[in-house]
Amino acid sequence: MASVSTDTPNKQHGQVSKRTVLWTLLGAAALIILARAFGVLPEWLHRIPEGAIPPTAQVLDGIFSFIQNDLGLIYVTRFIAEGPLEFLLDTSANLLEGKRRWPNIGPIPWASVAGVAAVVGYALGGWKLAALGAGTFLWTALIGQWKMAMQTMSVLVVAAPLAFAVGIGLGILAWKYRWVERALKPMLSVLQTLPFFTYLLPAVIFFKVGPTAGAVATIIFAVPPMILMTTLGLKKVSPEVVEAGKMSGCSRWQMLRHVYVPAARTEILVGVNQVIMLCLAMVVLTAFIGMPGLGAKLLAMMGSFKLGRSFEIGVTIVLLAVTLDRMSKAWVVKQPEHFDRGTPWWKRNHLALLALGIFVGFILLAQVFPILSTIGRKQHFSQGKEIDVLIKSFLAMDGIRGVTEWLRWFLNVKVLIPFRNTLLAVPTPAFILCVVAFSYWLGGRRSAIYAAVFFTIVAFSGWWDRSVITLYTVISAVVLSMMIGIPLGVVAARSEKWSNRILLACDTAQTFPSFIYLIPAIMLFGVNDVAVVFSILIFATVPLTRYTIEGLRTVPPEMTEAADMSGASRKQKLMSVQLPLALPTMAVGFNQAIMFAFFMVIIAAFIGTQDLGQELQRTLAGTELGKNFVLGMNVSLMALTFDMAITSWAERRKRALGLA
Amino acid sequence: MKTSVILSVAAISAVVGSTALAEDSSDPIVIPVHNWSSQIVMSNVVGQIFEEMGNHVEYVTTDSQAVYESVRLGDVTLEMEVWEGAFGASFRAALEKGGLHDAGDHNAVTREDWWYPMWTKDACPGLPDWQALNDCAHLFATAETGDKGRYLDGPVDWLKHGKERVEALDMNFTVINAGSAAALWAEIGAAEADKRPVVVFNWTPNFAEAVWPGEFVEFPAWEDGCDKDPAVGPNPTALYDCGNPASGYLKKAAWDGMEGKWPAAYCALQQISFTNPMIAEMAKLVDTDELEPEEAASEWLDANRAVVDPWMAACSG
Repeated sequence: MASVSTDTPNKQHGQVSKRTVLWTLLGAAALIILARAFGVLPEWLHRIPEGAIPPTAQVLDGIFSFIQNDLGLIYVTRFIAEGPLEFLLDTSANLLEGKRRWPNIGPIPWASVAGVAAVVGYALGGWKLAALGAGTFLWTALIGQWKMAMQTMSVLVVAAPLAFAVGIGLGILAWKYRWVERALKPMLSVLQTLPFFTYLLPAVIFFKVGPTAGAVATIIFAVPPMILMTTLGLKKVSPEVVEAGKMSGCSRWQMLRHVYVPAARTEILVGVNQVIMLCLAMVVLTAFIGMPGLGAKLLAMMGSFKLGRSFEIGVTIVLLAVTLDRMSKAWVVKQPEHFDRGTPWWKRNHLALLALGIFVGFILLAQVFPILSTIGRKQHFSQGKEIDVLIKSFLAMDGIRGVTEWLRWFLNVKVLIPFRNTLLAVPTPAFILCVVAFSYWLGGRRSAIYAAVFFTIVAFSGWWDRSVITLYTVISAVVLSMMIGIPLGVVAARSEKWSNRILLACDTAQTFPSFIYLIPAIMLFGVNDVAVVFSILIFATVPLTRYTIEGLRTVPPEMTEAADMSGASRKQKLMSVQLPLALPTMAVGFNQAIMFAFFMVIIAAFIGTQDLGQELQRTLAGTELGKNFVLGMNVSLMALTFDMAITSWAERRKRALGLA
Repeated sequence: MKTSVILSVAAISAVVGSTALAEDSSDPIVIPVHNWSSQIVMSNVVGQIFEEMGNHVEYVTTDSQAVYESVRLGDVTLEMEVWEGAFGASFRAALEKGGLHDAGDHNAVTREDWWYPMWTKDACPGLPDWQALNDCAHLFATAETGDKGRYLDGPVDWLKHGKERVEALDMNFTVINAGSAAALWAEIGAAEADKRPVVVFNWTPNFAEAVWPGEFVEFPAWEDGCDKDPAVGPNPTALYDCGNPASGYLKKAAWDGMEGKWPAAYCALQQISFTNPMIAEMAKLVDTDELEPEEAASEWLDANRAVVDPWMAACSG
């Protein structure tokens, strides 16, 4: 992997010692494994004995109840939840779906919303986006999901702006004060890797089950990229712009408002896009704690095995996500419009006026034609039953059956179960040494030290075997998705057209609610590890393909031209020029694939696993906050180990290749 | 739209006016709904009963295990379906911490045990006897289980003791835990296509009865102490050597503060008791007739006024 022609042969001296360290680590691991094999390894070196495991969960339980009751934090959070937050949610719920709350004027007719979406789409990106915006809402209304979709949106229209506000605020603070950044960074890393089950429960306890808890969990999930992008954008503002601001005598606030933030506009808007996408990703998961709407309906439909209706709901969520994604991306690219001095205000704001006109017009029309306001049960075009039959008969086709039966047998008996048993047979210290060696090889000394610390904590958490099983599932899924995702990306990257098609497929696969994959996975493979790996696979392949395409397409044309000129064949060009240069970008995809796999492996508990996810699912009953947190930390620590090693490798590579 | 708002406001004020005697708080009663049809419809039925009595009702979707913590804190007011088997543990844990209480049983029995869809019987005619099932174990074998039969048990947190039973009765089966109810349905649904024999965990009342006719496996009958005293049951040295009780409870649970805040509604909640056929009917309206839950609830109410009216009459004034 490292011996490609573009490799920089520096640090000759360092590499020798690095190799020694690597061999020492692996040698020690091998020694322990051998000792175990010959039965001379003392039991306490194989697994940490029960007695030596600190009562972390109980201590945490104590701390939580202290914070919750003695410190009275619950009163503060409950005040926020039941006061301002609930007020906002009630208002939006009244406007969008007609919940009986102040201001008691909703629901807004669907035709008005669709009309405004069309105008907004037009303003941002022309007719295509207008059609997408109107089409999405038209579909939602015609398929009979308007009310549910609006229940979901009523929470998201509160959660997304709040996440934006919190994110930009913290981002500015982190940029201004070094210590804030230092304090935030580890917290954000943990937040991004913590399984969602871990903060669902605290959200319920501190913020009351219902839309409030749903909104809070969504905000927590969506805020990290906003903070990171804000800080990044502000740091990149060029000194010339800053100078210009200072010369015009800006105050500190004016500097921020009129110089820094506009200059960092692109990064901030990318953050906004991320916030929107992550909010939509949480739609189904937050249904466990009272988020109303599409997610809740989806869970109910899956509980009664109605695949057709679940599928339709999934399509709605994807359409909403794609629409909002494309619109926010168009907003990133679109530069602010400037008008000549003296342009009348109606001309400056003609699109806003048009939107207002359509909005009011449809409200008035809806008084005459109620169908424009709400589409009733007997009027919608849901094809739930037909799609149901279609999916089920597709899954039952002989050809598909034959392939999956074979795959199930082959993967389970020949690959997964032996691999899993091998991992479980490795003594704990040897396992940790191997992980440390991997981190050292990939990320260097710092990563290795973190790996050692993190995995030791996991070992002492008392959930070692389950952690290993979690890791086994993640590794299996990621390896398989590399075998699919990378070749797919390489082929797609050859032409612009195919790149775009595959990228669209990636977007769809990523926003399609992951819960829907679970049922076909079970129907194809039965309740076992193959179904689990398969459901993770779909999710983990997306970033691999996406970043492979991205990496290959951004290889500087000079490089490929140089390769062409020196008479390289297509394969040579790919192997010795394009791939090595794309590798740092692909590493980002690889990293994301691992993070997604860790995310999905927890959801796969709904298929049936024996890993940390299964235990986490059990803690949903709400009586064991401490245990819940310990389990979540284990997942987070393992994910972070890989995250750090890969990131540090990618950064070093980029620097070496002069791409950074 | 505006007319409907005005109309509904008028309707609400009329209802509120007529039952002012009840003195229930005007805060909404929060009713949790989960992800299976009978519970959703039942919650809507109860909500509509409360609304008829002049209360405000709101529904919130929650996880069926996490809900007990919310009832305890008063965030949701009650829970309509507490299954002995599936939620007994969470319910008891919350009961111990305080904040919620048992608001009486439904006049319904619940049964949870090994179950098979009817087509399984064609391959293994000796069913529903458990020994006949054991003799057919090879029919249920899969790639991972080798020559042992595969039994798909409920999620581990439902504590169904499938593994213990297989050991106690020395059965030739491997027990696999599904992760959710949906996983069980997917497994049955996949087997349906080629009529492959399967044996899975299932319960009644449940929508699945209508979709896939089937039977419970008859294990040695439950005797008290089967889970505590090894001497009970056919195997003198093991626990769990008999079937689950064929009649588990189905309870209602209420927040401790409900009685003080909504006395009339609380009184009605205690009166309310659904039977197995009623629950099956509610599930059917949604699962087979494809009604939306609130429509199913009002349709069910219209058809069952004779049952419902006495509950409300007992608590008005």
